Amino acid sequence: MSERITKDMAKNIYFGGGIFAILVFAGLTFDSVKQIPELSHAENITESVVLGKKIWENNNCVGCHTLLGEGAYYAPELGNVFQRLGSSDEASFKSYMQGWMASQPLNIPDRRKMPQFHLAPEQVDNLADFLIWTSKVNTQEWPPNIQG
Amino acid sequence: MKYSSQMVAKPYFIFALVLLAGEILFGLTMSIQYIYGDFLFPAIPFNVLRMVHVNLLIVLLLFGFMGATYYLIPEEAERELWSPLLAKITFWIFLVAGVATILGYLLVPYAELAQLTMNELWPTMGREFLEQPTITKVGIVVVVLSYLLNVTMTVIKGRKTTISIILLTGLFGLAFFFLFAFYVPDNLVMDKFFWWFVVHLWVEATWELILGALLAFVLVRLTGVDREHIDKWLYLIIAMTLIAGLAGTGHHFFFIGAPGYWLWIGSIASAAEPIPFFLMILFAYNMIKNRRIQDDNKMALIWAKGTAVVGFLGAGVWGFMHTLAPVNYYTHGTQLTAAHGHLSFFGAYVMIVFTMVSYAMPILRGRPHGNNAKAQKVELASFWLMVIGMIGLTLALTVAGVMQIEMQRIPDAANAMTFMDTQATLTAVYVVRSLFGVMVFAGLLTYFASFFVKHEKVAA
Repeated sequence: MSERITKDMAKNIYFGGGIFAILVFAGLTFDSVKQIPELSHAENITESVVLGKKIWENNNCVGCHTLLGEGAYYAPELGNVFQRLGSSDEASFKSYMQGWMASQPLNIPDRRKMPQFHLAPEQVDNLADFLIWTSKVNTQEWPPNIQG
Repeated sequence: MKYSSQMVAKPYFIFALVLLAGEILFGLTMSIQYIYGDFLFPAIPFNVLRMVHVNLLIVLLLFGFMGATYYLIPEEAERELWSPLLAKITFWIFLVAGVATILGYLLVPYAELAQLTMNELWPTMGREFLEQPTITKVGIVVVVLSYLLNVTMTVIKGRKTTISIILLTGLFGLAFFFLFAFYVPDNLVMDKFFWWFVVHLWVEATWELILGALLAFVLVRLTGVDREHIDKWLYLIIAMTLIAGLAGTGHHFFFIGAPGYWLWIGSIASAAEPIPFFLMILFAYNMIKNRRIQDDNKMALIWAKGTAVVGFLGAGVWGFMHTLAPVNYYTHGTQLTAAHGHLSFFGAYVMIVFTMVSYAMPILRGRPHGNNAKAQKVELASFWLMVIGMIGLTLALTVAGVMQIEMQRIPDAANAMTFMDTQATLTAVYVVRSLFGVMVFAGLLTYFASFFVKHEKVAA
């Protein structure tokens, strides 16, 4: 193969192929950006969801957990925690979250530990709202089952 | 050494290796927390360890690339570096900023660090790999821009080769895509989508251009093969990188709220992503077969071959393993992802830095014919310790991933085990992983030791 291809041909493949790849990717990106608001139900992003996302970021939650499968793999997936531990009920999920966040770290020897983040109750509610919104994103049927 | 300004590469190489030692130590600590959850808790929680582990990796690779560039560009351009002073200043700025950021991670809780650095003015923190405070990110931009200026000016004023132009293309791409780190929309899906513009388009596009250029440079020097021939291979490799790698970003868009067509496009395009890595193996072995000179620095050539082979294993084989959407549906976000991440970063990027260090360091230390046979023997041992250690820990993580998928992902809702229960069954596998991690660290120490093997003065 290498004998038949000259340097100029290889160069043309690089420039031609590269530009083609950039155009295809840019086009698909453009289309995705148009579709994402609908797929993610952007209309449901309330002020509380935005605040919850900031709390998620400011405490580096993604340093242990995954969210929609991305993050660290040390602690459970939280994209569907609303369904898994809140039975898809907002009030019971929020009260679960209040209890859970307050009781960290759990006193179970050698279990992986979650730190105490000292969040105010309304911050925990914001975080819950963020996770509830996330759980409704269209993820192409992922994860395979409720365990995430 | 042909140009005295190449000397600025030396501190970059040394500091990159020091950071690598830190990176591995933090990795080992994390691997112990995987087994004993109370280890060092609450002094250093897992998320902090991981942040340091991964950030050290990114920074050490940037230092390595910078050192490699400063060594390579004067030789390619056939002139001194545009400003050796600027290269020295940026080294110290980057070092101080890097060390301060790591200390920030370790000394105060993350939320407090966000407050201290006024993250609310332009929030960019708290996203995987991009945890750095906004001010550090601005610092990275300043350092990278001054580095680009220095390299570009040198190339403009000197000889332009295919290698230096492709290296510059990769570096400009690196700088451009980092700017997406400053875009953090409120919509998590948009946030994730453009987050990959930094992460994927670094490691599976622009960095591959840098990797290709560095590998080509070392092969030109060590084999003496005609540039016409080497350039042709380099163009083919990076052509495949862009053709497969750009649309290949789609393999990250499967399940994060992006349109469904990415399941097809991401699968098809990323199935081709192993090709450039396979071409790198053919490239390296072909050049070595056709070599016209016998360089005494045998280790540099071994590292070059190793980069091509282990890069292909980690990025190509381990990447392909879970890149097709129907497979990724089960593997997404499991230990299999971690397995792939470890071997690909090591094989492709850490090993190309070793290749450059092993090629350039002896010359920078006044040994134009490479280290003596004894030092190279020690280095060869370090090579195998690190390579076998990394492959071992990758296999352990692969086993952990497959078991996790079997217990947690494949069964239906009624029979699937919870995440925590699944993890509890994997302890033995995590012990094996840690042991291989120790082997990698022993390999790095051996590598350091090879620097201190006594050198008899030989008449030149």
